[in-house]
Amino acid sequence: MLDFIQQLVNGIALGCVYGLIALGFVLIYKATEVVNFAQGELLMLGGFFAFTFITFMGLNYWIGFLLAVICMALLGSTIERVVVRPILGYPQFSIVMATIGLGFFARSVAGMIWGTDDLKIDTPFSRSVTENVVRIGSLVIADDKISIIVATVLLCIVLYLFFSRTRMGIAMQATSQNMLAAYYMGIPVKRVFSLIWAISAAVACFAGILLAPSTLIHTNVGFIGLKAFPAAVLGGFGSIPGALVGGIIIGVIEQLAGFYLPQGFKDVAAYIVLLLVLWFKPDGLFGMKMRKKV
Amino acid sequence: MSLFQVDNISLHFGGLRAVDDVSFAVEKGEVFTIIGPNGAGKTSIFNLISRLYNPTAGTLTFEGQDITKLPPHEIATLGIARTFQNIELFENASVLANLLVGRHCHTTTNVLTELLFLPSVRKAELAHRRAVEQVIEFLGLQKYRDMLIAGLPYGVRKVCEVARALCTEPKLLLLDEPSSGLNVEETSDMAFWITDIKKELGITVLMVEHDMTLVNRVSDRVLALNYGKVLAGGTPAQVQSHPDVIAAYLGG
Repeated sequence: MLDFIQQLVNGIALGCVYGLIALGFVLIYKATEVVNFAQGELLMLGGFFAFTFITFMGLNYWIGFLLAVICMALLGSTIERVVVRPILGYPQFSIVMATIGLGFFARSVAGMIWGTDDLKIDTPFSRSVTENVVRIGSLVIADDKISIIVATVLLCIVLYLFFSRTRMGIAMQATSQNMLAAYYMGIPVKRVFSLIWAISAAVACFAGILLAPSTLIHTNVGFIGLKAFPAAVLGGFGSIPGALVGGIIIGVIEQLAGFYLPQGFKDVAAYIVLLLVLWFKPDGLFGMKMRKKV
Repeated sequence: MSLFQVDNISLHFGGLRAVDDVSFAVEKGEVFTIIGPNGAGKTSIFNLISRLYNPTAGTLTFEGQDITKLPPHEIATLGIARTFQNIELFENASVLANLLVGRHCHTTTNVLTELLFLPSVRKAELAHRRAVEQVIEFLGLQKYRDMLIAGLPYGVRKVCEVARALCTEPKLLLLDEPSSGLNVEETSDMAFWITDIKKELGITVLMVEHDMTLVNRVSDRVLALNYGKVLAGGTPAQVQSHPDVIAAYLGG
């Protein structure tokens, strides 16, 4: 039983990261109907930025964290402006290819700048080398796992308040439902798109920094984005709470499969879930049936 | 000076002249209707005014200000609202939420105060809600207030779109075929509302419409178009008896 709870907590922590990446996919998809295949690479770049600020420049962890998130938000809106906006209106395929290309590009550039070694960020969560866990009875939870869960919850609360309470948040919801009508309600739709990409990149950066203690930072860390896809689909691509819940479910399943099932199942578990979801409930857990008028 | 003026506007798609050198002026407080057979360029003119298309030539002037080059999202703030022929509402939101989005262009609070829900924000929200409730009462939408748009009948959606446009407190309201898809009774209600919008709210209406009964009931002046060109202008009776208009409709 203890093993089970132990794996469950680890799974939830891993799932939070999947959930945050899936959230990035969903935000962009909902507002602009573009699937951003470079979401994982944004996470990777976020990690590298944080490394530069915190380890390389020696800034305080929290200041470095904040700077990295801001840099990624700026980068996100720049990508929207330079790469995505000019090809909006062309077939979906072009945009998908553009984001895949962007992913490759980001990986190589990151390799050129930061090298191909695994990089590490010291966090204030690990109090010492030997004692970086929290013990509850005989349950042992690593500090970085707790930091991931707590930070994800806080981020979600902020995002929830932003989308439900602020003028810009509501404008984003309106834009995602009907772009044309949004224009004539006085909503600057293009600025909304830029902002969505900024938020998405910032969330990816957040996830990248949280993930850094567990996986270290390297150029291929972005492939974790492929695991976030099943999470987004499971949640019903287009539902924000769905993305997070989907992420956590995938994380837990993966962790439990790694522990209880024969070797090899850990890596395919997420995709088995993906296939089953597409098979039995293609709208996902929180999916809304939406049809477009022709 | 007219409230809204269109001068020598043209819109060409390659060789097709969707709108060809059209000029007209809408006076404050009137209902001005554009009629014409399918493809005459009526909706194109609306899309030009709401800045969806850039005109090939000509200018648009609203309250003395040249709006020909403005981006589309600034049109609402100026005081021009519109409805669409095929209804463009936020389908997965309630009627109330749709109308509140109509207040977007009048919101001045900022993100930080909104997140903290400060008294100033609360006061502004109450004022918006009051404005929306007035529109709900005006158009008799009380019983649909909390329903999702997706679940409402077409006729009610049509009214909701007019309501949302009114929530932006426009000076000029563009109605793109307000009667399309409505039955006789609903069309008659629409005629009442358009008259009320003009008389009680003092809003100028520019309308595109096919239903000649509705046009005759509410319009002060009519402009007939065909193939992007102006055929005739004047009172409904004058335009309808104009030989070119009869020819265009009957193919004579």
